[in-house]
Amino acid sequence: MDAILLQLLNGLDKGSAYALIALGLTLIFGTLGVVNFAHGAIFMIGAFCAVTLSKIFSLSHLASEPSGTDFLGKPKYDDVLYIKEWFGESAGAWMLDWSVPLSILFAIPVMIAIGFIMERGLIKHFYKRPHADQILVTFGLAIVLQEVIKYFYGANPIPTAAPEAFRGSFDFGVLLGFDPNAIIYPYWRLIYFAFSAVIIGGVFAFLQFTTFGMVVRAGMADRETVGLLGINIDKRFTIMFGIAAAVAGLAGVMYAPINSPNYHMGMDFLVLSFVVVVVGGMGSLPGAVLAGFLLGILESFASMNEVKNILPGIDQIIIYVVAIIILLTRPRGLMGRKGVMEE
Amino acid sequence: MLGLNKKDLGVLLLVALLAMAAPILLNPFPADSGMAQFNAGYPDLMQRFVIFGIFAIGYNILFGLTGYLSFGHAAFLGVGSYSAVWMMKLLSMNVIPAILLSVIVAGLFSVVIGYVSLRRSGIYFSILTLAFAQMSFNLAYSVLTPITNGETGLQISLSDPRILDGANAPSYPNLFGAQMNSAATIDVGSWSFTFSVGYYLCALLMLVAFYISIRIFRSPFGLMLRAVKSNQQRMNYTGLNTKPYTLAAFVISGMYAGLAGGLLAAMDPLAGAERMQWTASGEVVLMTILGGAGTLLGPVLGAGFIKYFENIFSKINDNVLHGWFSFMPDGIEDFIITIIHPFVGKGWHLTLGLLFMLVVIFLPGGLVEGGQRIGRLFRRKKADTNTPDGTKTPAE
Repeated sequence: MDAILLQLLNGLDKGSAYALIALGLTLIFGTLGVVNFAHGAIFMIGAFCAVTLSKIFSLSHLASEPSGTDFLGKPKYDDVLYIKEWFGESAGAWMLDWSVPLSILFAIPVMIAIGFIMERGLIKHFYKRPHADQILVTFGLAIVLQEVIKYFYGANPIPTAAPEAFRGSFDFGVLLGFDPNAIIYPYWRLIYFAFSAVIIGGVFAFLQFTTFGMVVRAGMADRETVGLLGINIDKRFTIMFGIAAAVAGLAGVMYAPINSPNYHMGMDFLVLSFVVVVVGGMGSLPGAVLAGFLLGILESFASMNEVKNILPGIDQIIIYVVAIIILLTRPRGLMGRKGVMEE
Repeated sequence: MLGLNKKDLGVLLLVALLAMAAPILLNPFPADSGMAQFNAGYPDLMQRFVIFGIFAIGYNILFGLTGYLSFGHAAFLGVGSYSAVWMMKLLSMNVIPAILLSVIVAGLFSVVIGYVSLRRSGIYFSILTLAFAQMSFNLAYSVLTPITNGETGLQISLSDPRILDGANAPSYPNLFGAQMNSAATIDVGSWSFTFSVGYYLCALLMLVAFYISIRIFRSPFGLMLRAVKSNQQRMNYTGLNTKPYTLAAFVISGMYAGLAGGLLAAMDPLAGAERMQWTASGEVVLMTILGGAGTLLGPVLGAGFIKYFENIFSKINDNVLHGWFSFMPDGIEDFIITIIHPFVGKGWHLTLGLLFMLVVIFLPGGLVEGGQRIGRLFRRKKADTNTPDGTKTPAE
């Protein structure tokens, strides 16, 4: 029982990342009808926003006054962080410690800007082209973004720490009446899950309860009619693209402490997120979220030793197997609408 | 001749001529000159040209004719490599059984994957093939380690049984005794040309593959595939089941990929799982698109182009750049080098990505279309001079 609970929890954080990326992909597909292979790269850029901010915060210069002498008797100069000079000792230390959550503030405008530039500069010109062209051009864009990041940040993963307060683990077992240490779960993953739940809820609320969201939903259902009503639907869809980019970017920012960001993390997640979108149903937002969590949890169950002893290697392929079964038996996915991209 | 019309025969002969003379044509610079690094006429690189040419020709039969965008063809390449190396481990170092088995195994594998994937089309097909390829890749890395040797990659060793080989059979891949890596070097003046057995074997197979692809393009079967591309629904409504045709195209392209994989292993008896990764599938898509999908010559051009520039660009480092721009004043020299630096050397993939985007955006027909446009430009100019009043209709 405790093992099952533990796997359930383990699945949640991966599932949250899948769900967030898949949500963005579905938003873009549902509104603009574009298959965006560069979405994984956006996730990766989000993670590198966190890296960048923590690098900026740890910029330092040598102190002008020696703090003492080293073992050779020469005067020793300490590194002084700019941030501590500007904001004071304790505030600076706090900001450095909290650089990942603070990057959210930094990442939102950056990601929205990247989304706008991508949509207006490139993807706009591909609405009328076949899906194959859209896949190919965004695939090329993904390579370019990935290589640019590699050029500036190198090929090695860059460890980015969560704030001190969240570094420990939480003992779930005690709470639920199991033995201590039976179910240990890192705080940050809990935070990640809560964060993604908030984001997902926010996106749904935005679409459901605002006039803007209503127009966007109407546009998703019938773009032409909405356009004929005198609403500039293209502009709203561009904004939705920006929001989708921000969602993926934030997923990346918060994921940085879980897995050290490297330049190809986007591609790794992209393949799986596409599978998630297809399983959930192309163009269905609840489907994307549901399938994200479902596949994340399935994946972590499949990596239990008990399961692996029966079916060796199942943890590596479970997601693909599920995707193949779903695509063959229920082509529109778990919650896809009838007739949408069923071909 | 050979069942081809005049134009196709010309194309085939041109490719044959280029392939046969490649060791000379690709070595335009004397061996001791500074430009020698741009020579591509050494066996290893030329083999890659033709092997990836085969891969792209096969991919083009699927993507170019039917429009089905597969993102999983590297799986067949990998399977071909593994089966070829196993043949060399078990039967003989002769490459013939290895290549035959790699084609057969890749063919069978593609029947299975194609049968399932082709039940869907469009983006679903892309994702299904991607899922299958990633599955094979993950399995090759984990559970199938006894067969694939996991991360190390499958290699031959002296202790392998090799039941068909005698006691003093060559220990390197060979064709009835002629070793794949044996080569004759001929020096003409300061030029040095290397003719290798392995390259000519690959080139011959590439020509056969190219010939078959021309025949497919010109056959009723090829016409049917094109019809599938232009409107599959209409084909279905006329009462025709398109599935056998698309499946046949899929299997043929899978066998081409298997042949390429088998040749890769025959040239260098080693097979690793990274050949099956989806970036490798992306590469063959790039080659086909860059050259021109749906054209005969396109994939060969694309494969050669990408492999050549991959090789050249990766070789250019800052020293080479400084050598080139040394005639400029220091400040400008450093500035230019700073700008170029990210795109060369290790940054080759950045250039490739940009190039690929530019081709998809501006030149969806690839290099072949580019060539045609330039050709048409010249022809129109000539036509304009003939009929100054411009009444002649453009040759569309």
